[in-house]
Amino acid sequence: MARITLTDVRKSYSGMEVIHGVSIDIADEEFVVIVGPSGCGKSTLLRMVAGLEEITSGTIAIDGRVVNDLEPRARDIAMVFQNYALYPHMTVRENMAYGLKISGMPKAEIAERVARSAEMLELQPYLDRKPRALSGGQRQRVAMGRALVRDPAAFLLDEPLSNLDAKLRVQMRLQIKELQRRVGTTSLYVTHDQVEAMTLADRLIVMNAGVAEQIDTPMRIYERPATTFVAGFIGSPAMNILAATVTPDGAGLTLPGGAVLACPAPADPGQPILFGIRPEHIRAVTQPGGVGAIELTVLAVETLGADAYAHCAFPGHVTSAAEAMVVRLPGNAALKPGERLHAVFDTGAAHFFDPATGRRVGPRR
Amino acid sequence: MNRATFPHRLLPWLLVAPQLAISFVFFYWPAVQALRQSTLREDAFGLKTQFVGLANFRRVLSDPAYVNSIQVTAVFSVLTAFFSMAIALLLAVQAEKVVRGKGFYRTLMIWPYAVAPAIAGMLWLFMFNPSFGTLAWPLRQLGITWDPLLNGSQAMTLVVAAASWKQISYNFLFFVAGLQAIPRSLLEAAAIDGAGSARRFWTIVFPLLAPTTFFLLVVNTVYALFDTFGIIHAVTGGGPGKSTETLVYKVYNDGFVNLILGESAAQSVILMVIVISLTAFQFKYVERRVHYG
Ligand SMILES: Nc1ncnc2c1ncn2[C@@H]1O[C@H](COP(=O)(O)OP(=O)(O)OP(=O)(O)O)[C@@H](O)[C@H]1O
Ligand SMILES: [Mg+2]
Repeated sequence: MARITLTDVRKSYSGMEVIHGVSIDIADEEFVVIVGPSGCGKSTLLRMVAGLEEITSGTIAIDGRVVNDLEPRARDIAMVFQNYALYPHMTVRENMAYGLKISGMPKAEIAERVARSAEMLELQPYLDRKPRALSGGQRQRVAMGRALVRDPAAFLLDEPLSNLDAKLRVQMRLQIKELQRRVGTTSLYVTHDQVEAMTLADRLIVMNAGVAEQIDTPMRIYERPATTFVAGFIGSPAMNILAATVTPDGAGLTLPGGAVLACPAPADPGQPILFGIRPEHIRAVTQPGGVGAIELTVLAVETLGADAYAHCAFPGHVTSAAEAMVVRLPGNAALKPGERLHAVFDTGAAHFFDPATGRRVGPRR
Repeated sequence: MNRATFPHRLLPWLLVAPQLAISFVFFYWPAVQALRQSTLREDAFGLKTQFVGLANFRRVLSDPAYVNSIQVTAVFSVLTAFFSMAIALLLAVQAEKVVRGKGFYRTLMIWPYAVAPAIAGMLWLFMFNPSFGTLAWPLRQLGITWDPLLNGSQAMTLVVAAASWKQISYNFLFFVAGLQAIPRSLLEAAAIDGAGSARRFWTIVFPLLAPTTFFLLVVNTVYALFDTFGIIHAVTGGGPGKSTETLVYKVYNDGFVNLILGESAAQSVILMVIVISLTAFQFKYVERRVHYG
């Protein structure tokens, strides 16, 4: 059990900075998830905590002790790798016991610990098999087990579920969360999957291009994304972000295509502003003329069963597929491309961002 | 597995024909000749030949010089295979750690392999000849009475060194490739599990390198038994006395120098049996411990 403190951690590869100063204080027993697109520096950050990558500047402390110059083995952490990194020439039992044996633990205690972890992960039938005789999911559990037996101060997990199929991933996700709650070990978990991030995290670090754009609880990030990047990354499907202009009277917004939405915005009249609204905060009404209803043209409909998502454009405005407005509909909605849809925006759930910086601007008091 | 299908029944035979022809001309035919010759006795001028059955084998095996040669070969082969592999592995592991100029370093390491055995032998002779060797004098300054022309163990040391040196490059190349095939994440996992670098080597790297090591063991054994003839010929000529006369060298000496053709042929048949059984033994018993990834 431990607290992990990162203070302005930076990393450069031959002069090129890839992590631009990340700071976070991870509480004991907390489950923190680092999420972001490929190449944003998630693994690099995690590997610096593990001691596999040198820290260019800043400090990393585990339980108040700065570990910058400590070898991985002196940091009392366990890591689960994306490819699991199981020792191929050892049985599952030997894989799990490897670290304990090195620490000089008595044989009886090793056996007991391995048995306990194997039971937690339902690995008993496979203890004498070599990794190559296991399925992907079983290998993943062995990797977890190898971390678990050591009872370390912290778990570091780098995309541990990304090699599993969708169904198994959901199952393991729940299992990992449950396991972490049970043993209460501080965990730092890397993923590029925002659903995984939302469901697992006590707190989330949303990274983009080496910068921690926002650090907060999943719900607060969902409700108050700090930047357009976070707004677009967290939530599925992504938030709609529209380039709007505040009307001259200041009481509404002119949307692309010219439609006016009655919605006070935190900007001066005539000023441009980014207006964000999630698909789930738009209601489609069939009859035109509802109060504040805005007309949209349907480009495509994706039906997922319970829900359907309509990708729409503003009439009279040329819209590429990437900039299409997404509206959530009931799964049985019978809409076809080319048809019209009238949308009512829940303006209370709207988000505003500065077009120049992409940062959130709060509602005006 | 898909079975390959050929458009013509003759084609597969045609494709392996060159290999078969080479094996036939350079192995099967001479082997049969040796087998035939080993049952004959011929006088030194080749005027009279008579069939003697297994008499040649009986004489060879009861000859103390032959038993000595077996011992010399065992010592020489084990030492050569061990040192050439151990040093190559050490160098390969060190080369992994080099950051800058890796390619240059590796190229340098491979050069000795391009040197012909006899030249390699001469090189070592020039360095260690007791009268004109460049390094013989410093050795003597260190208080070592260096004289491989008189001292059998020193002569053995010298041929083992020369033969190992020659083979290190080859082994190095394979070890470097083997090391590169080990995923980095395994070593990182072991480092996090608490293993220091020596333990990582012996518990992770070395076991995972086993297929390479086993292959090299077979190759190096055969090398030490057969391909070192040139080196021994150049450095010691089997001497002093018979202290560096390996089986292959003795086959040559008895057959081509002393012209005892029948016995020499019998020796080469015995040698063939030794190598075949040694290789079979390696595959049957040593390979069992090899983990193929
Ligand atoms: N050894 C290295 N030398 C130079 N640049 C590197 C090195 N390792 C990583 N980088 C760079 O650092 C950045 C972050 O890499 P990192 O592996 O942390 O990304 P990631 O967020 O884990 O991505 P992914 O989701 O694809 O695993 C990338 O732009 C990458 O090109
Ligand atoms: Mg990564």
